[in-house]
Amino acid sequence: MSTTPVTPKAVKTNRIGLQILDYRGGKTTLCAGCGHNAISERITEAFFEMGIQPERVMKMSGIGCSSKSPAYFMSRSFSFNSVHGRMPSVATGALLANKTMRSIGISGDGDTASIGMGQFIHLLRRNVPMIYIIEDNGVYGLTKGQFSATADIGSKLKTGVVNDLPAIDTCALAIQMGATFIGRSFSGDKKQLSAMLKAAISHRGTVMLDIISPCVTFNDHEGSTKSYKYMQEHEEAVSELGFVPHFEDIAVEYDHNTTVDVRLHDGSHLRLRKLHEDYDPTDKVHAMKMLMEAHDKGEVLTGVFYVDTQKPDFTSLLNMVDEPLATLPQERVRPSREVLTEIMEAHS
Amino acid sequence: MTPSELVAQAQPASGPASGVKQIVNDFSIQIATVNGSGSQSANNVLLRSIFRMGVPVSGKNLFPSNIAGLPTWYTIRVSKHGWVARKTDLDVLIAMNAETAQQDVLSLAEGAAVIYDESLKLNDLRPDLIYYPVPFDKLAASTGADAKIRKLVKNMVYVGVAANLLSIDMGWVEKTVRKQFAKKVKAAELNLNAVRAGFDYAASSLTKQDPYVVEPMNATQGKIIIDGNAAAAMGAMFAGVTVVTWYPITPSSSVVEQLIDYMKKYRIEQDGKANFAIVQAEDELAAIGMVLGAGWAGARSMTATSGPGISLMAEFAGLGYYAEIPGVIFDIQRTGPSTGLPTRTSQGDLTFIAGLSHGDTKHVMLIPATVKECFEFGIEAFNIAEQLQTPIFVLSDLDLGMNNWMSEPFEYPEKPITRGKVLDARQLEELGGFGRYKDVDGDGVPYRTLPGTDHSAAAYFTRGSGHNEKAQYTERPDDYENNMLRLARKFETAKTLVPKPVLESKGQQKVGIIAFGTSHFAVIESRDQLQRESQLATDYLRIRAYPFTQEMQDFVSRHERIYVVEQNRDSQMLNLLKIELDPTQTVKLHSVRHFNGLPIDARSITTAIAAQEGAGK
Repeated sequence: MSTTPVTPKAVKTNRIGLQILDYRGGKTTLCAGCGHNAISERITEAFFEMGIQPERVMKMSGIGCSSKSPAYFMSRSFSFNSVHGRMPSVATGALLANKTMRSIGISGDGDTASIGMGQFIHLLRRNVPMIYIIEDNGVYGLTKGQFSATADIGSKLKTGVVNDLPAIDTCALAIQMGATFIGRSFSGDKKQLSAMLKAAISHRGTVMLDIISPCVTFNDHEGSTKSYKYMQEHEEAVSELGFVPHFEDIAVEYDHNTTVDVRLHDGSHLRLRKLHEDYDPTDKVHAMKMLMEAHDKGEVLTGVFYVDTQKPDFTSLLNMVDEPLATLPQERVRPSREVLTEIMEAHS
Repeated sequence: MTPSELVAQAQPASGPASGVKQIVNDFSIQIATVNGSGSQSANNVLLRSIFRMGVPVSGKNLFPSNIAGLPTWYTIRVSKHGWVARKTDLDVLIAMNAETAQQDVLSLAEGAAVIYDESLKLNDLRPDLIYYPVPFDKLAASTGADAKIRKLVKNMVYVGVAANLLSIDMGWVEKTVRKQFAKKVKAAELNLNAVRAGFDYAASSLTKQDPYVVEPMNATQGKIIIDGNAAAAMGAMFAGVTVVTWYPITPSSSVVEQLIDYMKKYRIEQDGKANFAIVQAEDELAAIGMVLGAGWAGARSMTATSGPGISLMAEFAGLGYYAEIPGVIFDIQRTGPSTGLPTRTSQGDLTFIAGLSHGDTKHVMLIPATVKECFEFGIEAFNIAEQLQTPIFVLSDLDLGMNNWMSEPFEYPEKPITRGKVLDARQLEELGGFGRYKDVDGDGVPYRTLPGTDHSAAAYFTRGSGHNEKAQYTERPDDYENNMLRLARKFETAKTLVPKPVLESKGQQKVGIIAFGTSHFAVIESRDQLQRESQLATDYLRIRAYPFTQEMQDFVSRHERIYVVEQNRDSQMLNLLKIELDPTQTVKLHSVRHFNGLPIDARSITTAIAAQEGAGK
């Protein structure tokens, strides 16, 4: 008589042998139910599932509730909580020093669309290779609930104050400014957000994701256009996202008439099943039209609006050596005695 | 044609009128032109020709904030004594700008010579000057240059006239023109024709009546002429800078512009790839942000700016101080904000930078006085930044940065590049982790890791002042206080790393002078004047960095009275000294200030000190 040995329940590991625990961060100090916490969860899972070594990731942020959140995921990654609205420059500098690193920046609507607008658009324009996430709730949380520049016209604060200025559409802006992967999602849309984040990891260039992330304390009431309820009622996806990572077999057939397949930089595939007629994520003009029309209709469009896998990213444009600049040895960065002599001669 | 043939061919103007005593190698030439008229090449030829005759010179450009059309002046000082500070008395004027000609003539020293376009008819303005009218347009036309470039060629005509009248060796003039136009043989010939036309005209039509002449010396052999911004750029390149970010601003732009030229020439690797990144940022906020991001990730990073840029960088400078990130900021100082004389010099950023940003902050400043120090401090700033893990400011100024200075050639940096306390994966494994802000060595300088270090204990969270030794977020009063005290200890450590002040005398005089930066050249000349004219012997300490070191304390305590010479209104250095000195010592400090936008001159210092010392002439 034989006995079957009882195998202990295997802990799930990813393709580089790490567990989800290796991607966890510190305990969140944000409000219970805050959309940002759900986004942190999705980021954790995405990097785990993609099998990215956490030490190869830089987490960048500015100031605000959103910008605190890098402390709540991936503690084994290097993190820089910089100053208000200026994360793009710090992230750019860090990538110049070491272009072999991955970078994910977490910002908010205040941090991006008001104080940080200048640096934001120049980051997009340069196509700096990083994922830039706006955790967008339409209000300033840490200073207790003032409107931000992404608050919709006519939306109402808890105090009854009505916003009489139009919202800045950061996705439309990103399309015009030159980012190469642009999408909008909702912190409550687990499936869409997960696929979008994994595709973002596979893209090289600026990925700009505007993620509607309701503020349960200051902007989740009747009259808000960034509340859970409003999003459930008004979210309109332009496409259904499927993601096939480069390390998985890509045998699944798809219908070319209904689905757009985008091969990303690392060989992964993003499959976008059209929900909108004429949806074409490689057509800037159409993407803008779609966004503008949605504003008129009072819809919140989500999905990937635009992808360009051809445009070179900023570090490629600079034609740098392959190794990180940060750790080049003295022999390579200090010119020879002869060079000094030559320059001295020219000034004699 | 060899240089000697050229000299032999041309006859010097007739000798000075009898009775006029020659003044050899001790005068100044002012060339008054219009901005954008292309006089720079001509002025440079004059300067370098005299330099190559072995005679000490300095060249200062006084220019407006304008692209073309406004008046600009270039002053060459010729000094056998080697004095290179601005001289207030002007002895030879080359008046090429109709708009300012009258005023230019009126401001000359008695007996000065005026070389001018004959159409300006200046000779009636003052009877006490020597006039040399020159038909510049006719001479320029005679070179065969077409009308479009005649304006430029005209400038070379005055080089020829001056060369003749002042006995500047035409052999050297020719060599200098050829070197300047090395890649454009045709242009060199055209310019030389213009020089000759001027020279020949002076020889045949003008009679030398003024006393000023240049005679060959042997005081410049082996020396170079360079501007401070080029020197700083070279320093950065030899320091191994890898990330350079900037936003154009006068007078700092030429630091990065010249650095770009050097890097493209000397820092491209064999495969054609750059071992550096240079990025023109959208503003100074982004420039310093990139510097900190790059420094955090391990690069040697820098930016160059001027006062308004420093203002914008304030917040990040504070973050750099608290997050403890290396980086180098060159501040080429100028006068005030907005359209506030952006092309005039100043030493007015001292107190602002010393405590730049909110909260308690203290920044390390290196203050070069010479182009050689621009090079040397340009290198050392990067070492100190990484050793201390903090932003380092290098305070140059417009006078040093944009003007031409003689110097000994720069020495190759023998000291290896020091990257400071950086832990790698192997060390982390041995240590079993680290505390990012822990003072392990007692010098206030903690250990850091670079992003990408392949060890599970390598990462840490970087933020502002709210962190404990392990870089964890904290708002505990004791954590905050301990961190602040450690940062203060680190600033003490800075004193052991910064360039020490230079004591420029041996004596134990009663009167001491403290100065820094470009005031140096006026101070050494002034000390000579005080000694000769008032028999007032002085000692002189030149400060080269902040924080101050013990040498400063010793110097002050050894003297009865100290004159602090600086180019700002509010006695900024004196006030910084006061903070550190004992009250019994601060009463010794007296201020000598110069703040009109022009480089400081010796006479101003001499007059101020002599008056306060009650020393008669």
